Amino acid sequence: MSDLPNSLKYAATHEWAKLENGNVVRVGITDFAQQELGDLVYVELPEVGRQVKAKEQCAVVESVKTASDLYSPVTGEIVEVNESLSDSPEQINDTPYETWIFCVKTAEASELNNLMDADAYQAMIEAE
Amino acid sequence: MTLKTLPLHALHLELGAKMAPFAGYEMPLHYPTGIIREHLHCRSQAGFFDISHMGQFEVEGTEAAGVLENLTPSDITGLRPGFQKYTVLTLDNGGVLDDIIVSRTGTGLFIVVNAARRDQDFAHLSRSLPALKNLQDRALFALQGPKAEAVIRKFSPAVAELKFMQFAEAELDGIACSISRSGYTGEDGFEISVNISEAERLARVLLAEPLVAPVGLGARDTLRLEAGLCLYGHELNEMITPVEAGLAWIIKKGHDRFPGAEKILAQRQHGPAFVRAGLIAEGKVPIREGATLLNDRGQSVGRVTSGSFAPSLAKPVALARLETAYAAAGTTLFAEVRDRRIMLSVVPLPFIPHRYRR
Repeated sequence: MSDLPNSLKYAATHEWAKLENGNVVRVGITDFAQQELGDLVYVELPEVGRQVKAKEQCAVVESVKTASDLYSPVTGEIVEVNESLSDSPEQINDTPYETWIFCVKTAEASELNNLMDADAYQAMIEAE
Repeated sequence: MTLKTLPLHALHLELGAKMAPFAGYEMPLHYPTGIIREHLHCRSQAGFFDISHMGQFEVEGTEAAGVLENLTPSDITGLRPGFQKYTVLTLDNGGVLDDIIVSRTGTGLFIVVNAARRDQDFAHLSRSLPALKNLQDRALFALQGPKAEAVIRKFSPAVAELKFMQFAEAELDGIACSISRSGYTGEDGFEISVNISEAERLARVLLAEPLVAPVGLGARDTLRLEAGLCLYGHELNEMITPVEAGLAWIIKKGHDRFPGAEKILAQRQHGPAFVRAGLIAEGKVPIREGATLLNDRGQSVGRVTSGSFAPSLAKPVALARLETAYAAAGTTLFAEVRDRRIMLSVVPLPFIPHRYRR
């Protein structure tokens, strides 16, 4: 298991979240998640402009074997999605912490406090 | 329920396998390279598969072939020593208990069955063949791919000369094996039955070959799917007949003494209401098992029995059980995936041409 970036927050559903400019949250999936899923072959991105609530399902990643839902870590509006994943979803396998999937503009960045820090997430996946 | 482990469990862990439960066994799903690279390696080089979870039975006696023939639709009595064939065990309702490989040895029969069906198969076969033995001291490997022959030739030139569905007893690096030219990937290759006590040494000898890489259960499934082959519990079960599954070719001409013969032979003559067919999606959304298939009026006409991304085609493919009227190649159908309808085309099987050495 590679070292978890300390600058990120982690959801129990295996998304990472990175706060930018105080109100934009960039979201991807963890190295643990991509290893569990295996080779990714498809990402279903949310529509830009969609309003989402914290913990609302808003994207799907599919590997050869299985499909897995992704949840928004915060309440807000989808303002950007990583279109390059349509052609090359394997970027998530190769560089999970550099490959973001969607961005949520939020007025409730404090919701990120409900997520785990790197140590807590590491403890959670070791217990699985 | 505790999972059983394979005889080579420790070796799989040493190779970095991600393990997953399958048919009561903890099996290598894939190795660190991942399903897609393992799949493509098998199509271009040679893949090593540990399929020791599968059941291996043996029965002695020249009369066994005639007895088994009455439990399958196939010609078993006409099978010559040193040859094998794919067939199914049928049930009185015309459904299938299991799909199996039967080899005629010099003195009897050797049978390979699916892991999840081993106990049912053994009970069913033993009623007619009380001397049947469950060979629990054997491992089973597959070496599959266009370079499999070159690898085997290094150890046994005679085995490299076998043709598809022939088998022989031979030594590989001094280890006694039963080897057939067969497999379930669509590629040329071999299946190797070996005593458990020698299994790890043989595995290490084969894996040490530069052309050989280990391939897990995940790629085994995508390889057989591209090859258009049935997987028990998906394309075959106790309610699906061999004719519906596209296996009418296994029926021996004039044979009508097997369980379910009346229904199965009537279906062959008049055509079944449902058949197995292949589908290719144009987009990238994988179509999964269980997806409902609709015609252009939105009516349900079948369902997906196996579906995955096909690494060699770089497209989603599926096998489906379809109303016969919608199973002709070129038919357009739609799958419901989440809130979308995905367009699919019925295509001839296999998706990837078989490359057996006939």
